[in-house]
Amino acid sequence: MPLPPSVHKEGEMSNIPEQTLSELPVKFNQLGRPLPRTDAPGKVSGKTMYAGDFTMPRMLHVKIVRAGVASALLRRLDVSRARALAGVVCILTAADLPDRMAATDIPGQTGQKRLNTDQQILVKERVRYFGEPIALIAASSRDIAECAAELVTFDLEPFPGVYDPEEAMKSGAPIVQGTNNIVAEHNIKKGDMEAGFAAADFIVENTFKTPFQEHAFLEPEVGLAWIDENDVVNIRVSTQVIEHFRTIAEAIGVPHNKVRILGALCGGGFGGKEDLTVEVYLALLAKRTGRPVRLEYSREDSFVGHGKRHPFKLTYRTGITKDGKITALDVRAVADSGAYVYLSPYVLLYCAVAAPGPYRVDNLNVHALAVSTNNMFTSAFRGFGGMQACVAYEQQMDEIAKRIGMDRLELRRRNFLKTGDPISTGFVPPSEIWTDQCMEKAWAALGDPTPSSGPLKIGRGIAAYQQSYGRLTFLHDTSEAWVGIEMDGTVVIRSGVTDIGAGQVSALGQIAAEVLGVTLDNVVIYNSDSAVTPLAGTTTATRGLYMTGNAAKKAAEAVRGRLVARAALLFGVEPQAIGLAFNKVYLNHNPERSMPLVDLVKLCASEGVHRSELTIFRAPFSNHLDPATGQGQAHPDYVYGAHAIEVSVDMDTGEVKVLKSIAAHDVGQCVNRAAVEGQIEGGTQNGQGYALSEEMLYEEGRLVTPSFSEYLMPTSMDMPKVECILLESGSGIGPFGAKGIGEPALTPVAPAIANAVADAIGVRIFELPITPERVIMALKKARLCGKVVD
Amino acid sequence: MSAEKLITLKINGTNETAGFPPHRTLLEALRELGHVEVKCGCEKGDCGACAVLVDGVAVDSCLTLAWMAEGRNITTISGLESTHPLLQAFVDVGAAQCGYCTPGMIMAAKSMLDQNPDPTDEEIRVGLSGNLCRCTGYVKIIEAVTNAAAAIRAQGGRNE
Repeated sequence: MPLPPSVHKEGEMSNIPEQTLSELPVKFNQLGRPLPRTDAPGKVSGKTMYAGDFTMPRMLHVKIVRAGVASALLRRLDVSRARALAGVVCILTAADLPDRMAATDIPGQTGQKRLNTDQQILVKERVRYFGEPIALIAASSRDIAECAAELVTFDLEPFPGVYDPEEAMKSGAPIVQGTNNIVAEHNIKKGDMEAGFAAADFIVENTFKTPFQEHAFLEPEVGLAWIDENDVVNIRVSTQVIEHFRTIAEAIGVPHNKVRILGALCGGGFGGKEDLTVEVYLALLAKRTGRPVRLEYSREDSFVGHGKRHPFKLTYRTGITKDGKITALDVRAVADSGAYVYLSPYVLLYCAVAAPGPYRVDNLNVHALAVSTNNMFTSAFRGFGGMQACVAYEQQMDEIAKRIGMDRLELRRRNFLKTGDPISTGFVPPSEIWTDQCMEKAWAALGDPTPSSGPLKIGRGIAAYQQSYGRLTFLHDTSEAWVGIEMDGTVVIRSGVTDIGAGQVSALGQIAAEVLGVTLDNVVIYNSDSAVTPLAGTTTATRGLYMTGNAAKKAAEAVRGRLVARAALLFGVEPQAIGLAFNKVYLNHNPERSMPLVDLVKLCASEGVHRSELTIFRAPFSNHLDPATGQGQAHPDYVYGAHAIEVSVDMDTGEVKVLKSIAAHDVGQCVNRAAVEGQIEGGTQNGQGYALSEEMLYEEGRLVTPSFSEYLMPTSMDMPKVECILLESGSGIGPFGAKGIGEPALTPVAPAIANAVADAIGVRIFELPITPERVIMALKKARLCGKVVD
Repeated sequence: MSAEKLITLKINGTNETAGFPPHRTLLEALRELGHVEVKCGCEKGDCGACAVLVDGVAVDSCLTLAWMAEGRNITTISGLESTHPLLQAFVDVGAAQCGYCTPGMIMAAKSMLDQNPDPTDEEIRVGLSGNLCRCTGYVKIIEAVTNAAAAIRAQGGRNE
C-alpha cells in the first residue's frame, strides 16, 4: 500500500523558519539531578485519581460481547433476551451502526490516513480475530451487564482463517485484508550488493524469530463518558493520545469540537494505549443513552482486546571480510500484522530503517513486509519495530564473530557508525554517536565473571543499538505549550501531554523551573485535556521530552525574556547581566544585588507586561523516504547505547537466570536522573521478559494464555539489580541537549540476553522467548550432533 | 441477583456499613464505598495491585469476599500516615512510575516489615513477589523498602 502524499510540498517547507532554542546563560540549578517527581506524593499516598476512579450519577456499566473465534461469519445474532433483562438500558450491535467505521491509522494526529485502514466498530458479518467485539451492553450495574452478556446468542459459521504470515502470502490463502494480505512493504537499497558480496571472505546467513508480546500495563483499559450541557461528548480515559478526539468524532459522526478527551495519569501504556481502546464504544453509548457510561476492561479483555507487539521473522545475510568489515547486508523482514492494519506500516518502517543497527553498511538491501493474518492485530509497543531489528542484528553480529574467529566487541568496534556517518537511509543524524563508549563501559562494568558451578554454566552477552526518538519526520510533528507566571511568583504550565508513568509531566515542571529560576515546588502543571490544555501531541515514539520539553522550554524562555528585560531596566544593566534562580532576580556578576522574583512579577503585572506565552515547537519536517530506495530522512535523530548481560544456564533444567544487567546509554542530558534510571530499569525488565519468559500462545488465533498466571512477566524474584551508566553528550535535539530514553532502554536487552545464553551453552536458540523447554531441546539437539560438552 | 446483606467493615479505623451480595469481593466493596485508592489489576490474585491489610496481613482484596471481612480491621494505603517512612522512601528514590501498582506494593511491604523489620535483599524480593510492576524493574522499589526498613528501625520500629 503506497504512502499517501505528504501534506507539504518541498518548496513550501522552506518557508517555515528554522527554529533555534536559545541556550541559557546559567548553570543548572536542579536539572539533571535525581529529584522527586511532582506526581510522586499523590501516587504513593493513593490520592492520585486514575481514569477508573471516577463515577457519576446515573452512570451505566458496559460489557463487551466478543466473538470467541478468530475467523468466522456472523450468521445470526439475538440480543432480545439480554435486552429484556431488568436493568439493561441499551444494547448496540452492528445493525445499530450502519456505515460507522473507526480509523486504525492516525488521522487524528496528522490529518493523514492510508486507504482501506478503517475498521468495523462491531462485527457486521466477518469475524477476523478472536476478541473482535460483536455487541455492547450498557446496564445499571456491572453484574447486570455481565448477566446480559451471557444471554446474547449468536451463530458463527466457520470461515477459513490463516495464522502464519508466510502462509498468508501464498496464492489461494484466505484474504484477511486488501487483495493479497500484504498491508505494507518497505525497501531500503543503497550501494552495490553484488560488489559488496563479491568483496566478502565469508557470507553468514541466519533467520531469527521474535514473538508476540503483551504490554501488561497494570491498569487495564478504562474510561467514563458523558454528554455535557453543550452536547459535547466528554471522555475521561486512560490513554497515551488525547488527540484521538478527532478520530472519535469522525467515528460517531459529530464535529471535532464536540468531543473532549480528559486524560488522567495513566497506569502504564508502553504503546498499548496509543491506539483507541474504549473511547468509541463509550461515545456511542453515551450518545445513545444520554447517560454517563463507564467501561473497564477485565484483564482478559485487555489481553484479547488491544494490539500486541509484532512477531517478526528476520533473515540476515551478511558479507564479511576476514578482518571483520561488513561488505554487504541483505535483510528480509516479515511481520505479522494480525487482523487489522493499525500501525503496522509505521512499525515496519522503523524495522527497515533500523535493520543494519548502529553499523556502517554501505551496500544494503532491506525488504520488509507486514502481512495480515487472523491472529490478534499488532500495533505500537515500546521499541516499535526497531527493537525487533536489534534482536536480529545483534545476534547476527555474534554469529559473524564466531564464524570469522574474532572477538565480539572487536567486530562491533570495527563497524560502528561514527558521528557524522550516514545511517541506512543516507541521513546523517545531527547528534553525537557514542555507541563505542557505551559498549566499552557496559562490558567493563560486568567485572569479574561469576564462576560456573555444577550444572550452572555462565555466559555473557553484549548488544548495541540505534533507536530513534521523535516521530517519523514525514508526519510533521508539532507540540504546543503554555507557560505563565502568577502574581505571587508561582508558575503554571498547560500542556496536553499525557503522563504514562515516565514523569512526562514532572519533566516540564523542571524545565520551566530551570528557565524561570523558580523552585520546582512553585510549579503546577495542568495536562492532558483536549479542551483546555494546548495540544502537545502523543506520548509515544520517545517524543515526550523532546517535543513537549522543547515546547515548554520555548514558552518559558519567552516569559523569561520579558521578565529579564524589565529587570534590566530596573537595575540599569543589559539583559544578559540578569540572572534568575531560586525565586530571585540578581546580577550575574554581583549576586548580592538581588530582589525577590515575586517583586519583579508584580511590577510587570502592574505595567501590563505579558507574563504568559503559548508556543508551538515543530520537529524537522521531511517528505516521505524515496519509495524505491528508502533514502531520505525518517526521524529527527537517534539514540545510541549498549546493554551487557551475564547469565547462568542450568544445563539440567534449562532455566536461565540473569545475574548481571548493565545498561549504558548516551541520553544527551538527564533532566531527572532518577526518572532516566527508572526508564532504563523498567525497560530492562520488559526486555528480559521478552527474552526469557513472556509467551502469548495462540491456537488458530485463540489466545490460550490470557492471564498473568499464564503469561509470565519478570517478578521481584527474577530481576537482578540493573546498573545504569548514563552518558551525557549534550548533543541531543531535545531540551538542553537531551535525547530520549523511553524506547532505547528496552531495545538492546533481549539480544544481549540471547547472546549471553549462546555464550553459556555453546549453541544459539534462534527464537524468543528462550524458555527452559527451548534450552533443553537445543541442548538435546546439540548433544546429538556432538556440539555441546557438558 | 443474590440477596444483599448489611455488613460493617472497619476501614482505616472507621466502621462503614453497607449492603453487599455474597459474591461481592472486598476489592469491589471497598471501591464502591469510595476507597478507590485500592486498585484493580486482574481480579484473579495474580498482580497484587489490590493488596490491603486484613488484621495486619497483606491480602489480595480481589480474592477476599466482602462478607468474610466483616469485623476485621482493614487498612488501605490511605490508612498510613502521610509521613510513613515507606511513603517517604518511595517518593525520595523515585519508586513510583505509573503508580498503579504502588498502593498494593506498599501494603505488601508494610505487612512484610511488620513481621520482619530487618529483611535481607532476598527477603524483600520474596515479600514483594506477589506484586507485579511493569514500569520499574523493581530496582527502586526494593531500594525504597530497604531504606524505609532502616528508617523504621531508626525511629524505634514505629510503622503506622
